[in-house]
Amino acid sequence: MKRFFASHRLRIETRLDNPGWLGAASSILGVVLALIVGGVVLKAAGASDPIATYQAILKEAFGTFADWKAGFSALLNHQACPKGMLCFGPLSDTLVKTSPILLTTLACIVAFRMKLWNIGADGQMFFGAWAATAVAVFILPKTTDRPVMLAAMALAGILAGALYGAIPGFLKAKLNINEIITTLMMNYIAYKWLEFFVVVGPWSIGDFESTGNFPASATWPRLTQYVKSIPAFAGLTAHPGIFLGIAAAILLAWILYRSRWGYQIRVIGENPKAARYAGINLGRNIILVMALSGALAGLAGMNEVAALRILSGRFQRGYGFTGVIVAWLARLNPIAAILVSFLFGGLLVGTKLIQPQGIASMLQGVILFVVVGTELLFRYRVRVEKVDHSILPSSGESHDS
Amino acid sequence: MTEISNAFEMRGISKRFPGVLANDRVDFACRVGEVHALLGENGAGKSTLMNVLAGLYRPEAGEILVRGKNVTFRSPQDAIAHGIGMVHQHFMLVPSHSVAENMVLGLNRPRFFLNLTHVEEQVTALGKQYGLFVNPRAKIRELSVGEQQRVEVLKMLFRGAKVLILDEPTAVLTPQEVESLFNTLREMIRIGHTIVFISHKLDEVVAIADRVTVMRRGKVTAASVPAKGTTKAQLAKLMVGREILFQVEKKKAQPGEATLSVENLCADNDRGLPALRELSLDVRAGEILGIAGVAGNGQRELAEVLTGLRRATSGKIVFGDLPLGPKTRWQDLGRQLAHIPEDRAAVGSVPGLSIAENLVLKSFNRPPIAAGWSINKVEMRKNAIQLVDEYQISTPSVDTPVRMLSGGNLQKVILARETSGHPKLMVAMHPTRGLDVGATEAVHNILIKQRDEGAAILLISEDLDELLSLSDRLAVVFEGHLIGEMQTKAADIHTIGLMMAGTKVDA
Repeated sequence: MKRFFASHRLRIETRLDNPGWLGAASSILGVVLALIVGGVVLKAAGASDPIATYQAILKEAFGTFADWKAGFSALLNHQACPKGMLCFGPLSDTLVKTSPILLTTLACIVAFRMKLWNIGADGQMFFGAWAATAVAVFILPKTTDRPVMLAAMALAGILAGALYGAIPGFLKAKLNINEIITTLMMNYIAYKWLEFFVVVGPWSIGDFESTGNFPASATWPRLTQYVKSIPAFAGLTAHPGIFLGIAAAILLAWILYRSRWGYQIRVIGENPKAARYAGINLGRNIILVMALSGALAGLAGMNEVAALRILSGRFQRGYGFTGVIVAWLARLNPIAAILVSFLFGGLLVGTKLIQPQGIASMLQGVILFVVVGTELLFRYRVRVEKVDHSILPSSGESHDS
Repeated sequence: MTEISNAFEMRGISKRFPGVLANDRVDFACRVGEVHALLGENGAGKSTLMNVLAGLYRPEAGEILVRGKNVTFRSPQDAIAHGIGMVHQHFMLVPSHSVAENMVLGLNRPRFFLNLTHVEEQVTALGKQYGLFVNPRAKIRELSVGEQQRVEVLKMLFRGAKVLILDEPTAVLTPQEVESLFNTLREMIRIGHTIVFISHKLDEVVAIADRVTVMRRGKVTAASVPAKGTTKAQLAKLMVGREILFQVEKKKAQPGEATLSVENLCADNDRGLPALRELSLDVRAGEILGIAGVAGNGQRELAEVLTGLRRATSGKIVFGDLPLGPKTRWQDLGRQLAHIPEDRAAVGSVPGLSIAENLVLKSFNRPPIAAGWSINKVEMRKNAIQLVDEYQISTPSVDTPVRMLSGGNLQKVILARETSGHPKLMVAMHPTRGLDVGATEAVHNILIKQRDEGAAILLISEDLDELLSLSDRLAVVFEGHLIGEMQTKAADIHTIGLMMAGTKVDA
């Protein structure tokens, strides 16, 4: 070993190529390193066997093969899930978490593609949730058809999020105010705005700190509703929101890679000077991209209230920040974001019961840290090479030339 | 055996960068008291070799002897301790500090108390001795580029350099400043210093060097040839590996109507100070108007105003019959107006996007590339394949990010994009800066072809040879206005030099 170190050295060189596998590899490296660090922390926190803990998280998040087998046989034989088996329960829970993560991730991706650091997806999502609730509970009558109601809620969520995202975009475009600060601060305005309406303000019913249940027409149908015809669906809360997310991902991929607008977004993101040189309007695009980013986050808010069927003071914070991490892990690729969001949904579900409670956030943080750190691998290549002792004067051999 | 009369000797130096062998077992030696020119195209490995000598790079193989003794340099400090100092193409000075402060920057002595007055006296004395006059108390940012170069040379002398390496020192100078630099160099060798002069300009090499070493593709193709009795043509052949034409072949210009006329144009620079002062010019269809001048006399601002990247504060611009002003939608002019920007990587291209995507930067909003809301990728690729072939861009594929291209190929991508739309007016700034001879020739031919097809071309360059061989008319810009204008045939380099320095001459 010692001899190896004496005769070899690490060289860091500028990379001239960027192979396609590098992005995926560094994302996987990020997750693996995060799991190792997480294991050390779990051990320090008193877990006797971190690997067993990870297995428990995995089972909680996705179920086991035995669970899935039991689920399939229950489905085929028209039976309920057998006792003691989880069947599709974990997958269903994970899918429920996946859709808001995916939508906020897409919100981050579109902004990050233009190097607009929107870390206000959380606030934009809150505003979307608020507007969708306003439509569902206070504007449209309870008897509205479900498709009309849901479409109206989605539209309201999109518009509210877009508006809330466009404000920092406008400030950036016209006055060059740093969007990191404005979007971050506007998160807190959105939190308090929602709190005002549902906790202390006009929308609060009694002491429940909530709007009360939404009319049925304003909710996503869940699998468990069909339990009478398909007994295996008992208790499954999975809803069509995931399809909304996947559709948005495909649309965003089309915008970025196929559309004229996406071309402009990528040109601006890669080199704003060249964009100006090409006559692309920077200010207009900053506002539009921030609006699209906000719209996607607002849609996440609508999706979430339609799934929760209620807007309460406990409406969960943090999806917008998870979106930042997932966006990087997916290397700003909307299609890759679908898979990574699903895995992150699993992480959130699987760690619900783990003590200490912060373990999921910690793993997220470590993953982001490592993935951002592996950017180094994109710019440089690290090589181990043999030291050529001939350059040292003591053993300088003569080279004939 | 090493002769003691050698100031230094490099033997079998090899230096590898990812993908290139920059120096391949190079031998190079300089005698005490000579100016030794190191000649070669861009990328031939001259700067790499000298960076090895100056302690900036460590070679994979080979040895360095200074006055007969084997040495290893781990840093530029080691090199300067052995009397070897280098003046880089890009100056290594702190703009907000004074000349004297820059002298002592990075030195270990004095340890605690800095006696700047003493340093200032030394700088003045050195300046007197070598004819390098600068005010030691002036801040670097107040100095002209030529003066800054003097500071760099002084810095090396101050540190006791006996061997001075100059990397393309004349690129930023007026002809008069070049002459003054050469006088300094002659004085230095008289006292016994040794100069390594890196250049790709043959005239200068012939004028100043005692001996010449030529490099090509990392290897020495001619070692220590006496400069006397060697012709430019011989050197060029050694440098490029084939005969090159010094005169660009071109027909007589057939100028038509004025495509662009500019009257009393004024504009500010980035710091809000006037950069263009009442500048007036005409460029006619089918001619190349060359703009000469020392950098920073309004050239960049002129190019930017004409291409819509900067607002004029007053004055009139007419393009064809169309007045251009704040209300113009420049994007609508589309491909009638071509712009070869000064900085091809930072302005003219999007490094992370592919060649095909870069080639549609100006046409993505118009059919056939635009198809409804989307971009027609088939047309985009077709366009790229055709242009790569037509402009001989060497690349593995049209999907390669332009970041991977060499300077010459990147410039060809930009020229292909800008000229394939048959522009009426072309504003080209430093179109061949940093390109090797082969690529330069290709760029020149593209410009001449555009001219012959009837484009009006405004060529802004610091390379006088280029201006003289390409332009039909030549104007000199000084402090934001044209100080003189002449037919290129009637131009002489001495007059141009005086004008570049601000002297009005009746041409």
